[in-house]
Amino acid sequence: MVQKPNIEDLSGDKYKYGFVSDIEVETAPKGLNEDIIRLISSKKDEPDWLLERRLRAYRHWLTMVEPKWAKLTYEKLNYQDLFYYAAPKQKAKPKSLDEVNPEILKTYDKLGIPLKEQEILAGVVAVDAVLDSVSVATTYRSKLKEMGIIFCSISEAVKEHPELVKKYLGLVVPYSDNFFACLNSAVFTDGSFVYIPKGVKCPMELSTYFRINAQNTGQFERTLIVAEEGSYVSYLEGCTAPMRDENQLHAAIVEIVVLKDAEVKYSTVQNWYPGDSKGKGGVYNFVTKRALCKGENAKVSWTQVETGSAVTWKYPSCILAGNNSSGEFYSVAITNNFQQADTGTKMIHLGQNTTSRIISKGISAGFSNQTYRGLVKIAKGATGARNHSQCDSLLIGRTCGSHTVPYIENENKTAVLEHEATTSKISEEQLFYCRQRGLNEEQATQLIVSGFCKEVMQKLPMEFAVEAAKLINISLEGSVG
Amino acid sequence: MTNKTILDIKNLYANAGDKEIIKGLNLTINEGEVHAIMGPNGGGKSTLANVLSGKPGYTPTSGSVTFKGKDLFSLDVEERANEGLFLLMQYPIEIEGVAFITFLKHALNAKRTYEGQKEIDMPSFMRLVRDEANRLFINSDMLKRAINAGFSGGEKKKMETLQMAILQPTLAILDEADSGLDIDALKIVSGGINNLRDGKRAFLIITHHQDLLEQIEPDFVHVFAGGRIVKSGDKNLALQLEAEGYADFIKGEKC
Repeated sequence: MVQKPNIEDLSGDKYKYGFVSDIEVETAPKGLNEDIIRLISSKKDEPDWLLERRLRAYRHWLTMVEPKWAKLTYEKLNYQDLFYYAAPKQKAKPKSLDEVNPEILKTYDKLGIPLKEQEILAGVVAVDAVLDSVSVATTYRSKLKEMGIIFCSISEAVKEHPELVKKYLGLVVPYSDNFFACLNSAVFTDGSFVYIPKGVKCPMELSTYFRINAQNTGQFERTLIVAEEGSYVSYLEGCTAPMRDENQLHAAIVEIVVLKDAEVKYSTVQNWYPGDSKGKGGVYNFVTKRALCKGENAKVSWTQVETGSAVTWKYPSCILAGNNSSGEFYSVAITNNFQQADTGTKMIHLGQNTTSRIISKGISAGFSNQTYRGLVKIAKGATGARNHSQCDSLLIGRTCGSHTVPYIENENKTAVLEHEATTSKISEEQLFYCRQRGLNEEQATQLIVSGFCKEVMQKLPMEFAVEAAKLINISLEGSVG
Repeated sequence: MTNKTILDIKNLYANAGDKEIIKGLNLTINEGEVHAIMGPNGGGKSTLANVLSGKPGYTPTSGSVTFKGKDLFSLDVEERANEGLFLLMQYPIEIEGVAFITFLKHALNAKRTYEGQKEIDMPSFMRLVRDEANRLFINSDMLKRAINAGFSGGEKKKMETLQMAILQPTLAILDEADSGLDIDALKIVSGGINNLRDGKRAFLIITHHQDLLEQIEPDFVHVFAGGRIVKSGDKNLALQLEAEGYADFIKGEKC
């Protein structure tokens, strides 16, 4: 049987979450200048210190150039042609879900995240729902509050917990870090803030559903998670975006600070609009995610399933400063059609006996291109550091590309570093075996891919794993003919 | 009373790659019949199994095959399977990370969907699998392992037999079902196959020696040489072959 690539019928056109919800949007004029930044800051009623930080970041950003080292080609963005502020119009802050705009609630229903249901399922998931840039509903806060856990929007945190925000915001990702992080530091509109006090184990998964909604609105989310000594939290981030022709920019920052004996698990399922089958449209995703294991025995893990975005530039990283601290990165990235992804992780070992583990599974189909780019750095003082990296790539069809670029910088001879990499294709024998048992080629491919990703999928929290498995299947639709 | 014809092969020519292997083969299999095709190693018996199941790289060049009255070659691999053609493979392949039981459920549901039935519910499926697995002395740990990963030859064939038992094919083609089996495993596998003989289901057993046929008694035995069937008979033909070898039959046939 001849395997024919079927490009008429690719996934982009079937993007399940491609709808636009009809919510009035309050928008600042297009373009970026100090006035816009002042406007954002005043809309959000921010203190002067934050406005000053924004302006400092903006002025620095003007001196920076967009990075070009990634294996990505995309039309140059005109940063003056974007909106930097859009907020759903609401009279006053809702006290309960009943006060939330029903349109917004419907939007979430379509995404399969009924807040009502989540409220009933008390104790399972707390949702700080982010639509565009401003938080519209926050649930379970009172329950968490009793334990001293803070889970709110960054804007609220600025007002209610300025000392924490001032202390930690920009600590892990300073504004000067990179072009996109700098832009975010100047114009970020909202995001989530999580604070887990000393010794507290957060009893539920915390989750935020991001959604890019208003046309041409750059999304500049800012997330800050602080885990005090001996605390624990698992945080879920899930993303979907409606279908659109213009490219949308997303440049988020996620910062995690993990203190002594604390542990943070950060899981992401990302399925932003990848563009259509011709490579038109789709989200540009330039994200800086970084965790700092500040104290001894601090633990952090990034788990991600990425099926979306037209262009992805993303390297969730761990700075292992505390002795015996550990960092993990588990990733499944799927690209189809004309998607491009340059993604990986950085493990920076500074403390003694620090350990890190990387498992990256990349699946490329259609005409897509995927690069794993990872850095493992062992500093002079990181005696006894260990790293294990495993990067596997699976190719579907003959027109996609996969690249592995591991960087290793070792300054301490006691370090133990292991790196494994494989690249494989779905074999004709495997497909035949499945088809002989009645599965069609698409079902067979999905099954083989799910087997390939299993190691990473098992790291996801249960409720996320189901959604992620569905997503993988949706993104591979039409990749075989 | 004649039984319904399941498989009808007429003057079939077929290639493996570029090489012509099947050269004018005729064979009719009716409901409930067990046919054995015997012949020397490397003679192209497995090619027949691969052509019938539609394996890539194996192409019919002329002649016709009807399966349950349909033109077999107009059906995709999975359509043939869902119509009830099962190939018990000589070397079943490994699929990393996919639990055998998950695979089995997908396969059964593919067939049920094809037949317009609802997907099987989980409790019924588990009961079905447990019962069939018990008969084949397959423990539940095996079912959770990745497909064929690290399985012994005997385990692989037991798992193939289990799939056959669950999928309940109309025609089962067994390609060297006894290869890699010790005598105990051979008895279990052939016992499983015999259990599936119900007077309706048909079997095509491809083998190069008699061992398997001692366990599964065929109705017809065919000698395959030079790309076609050169002699047909009953089970006694297999015994004769065992005693005298193939030499007399393949005289004058290129193979």
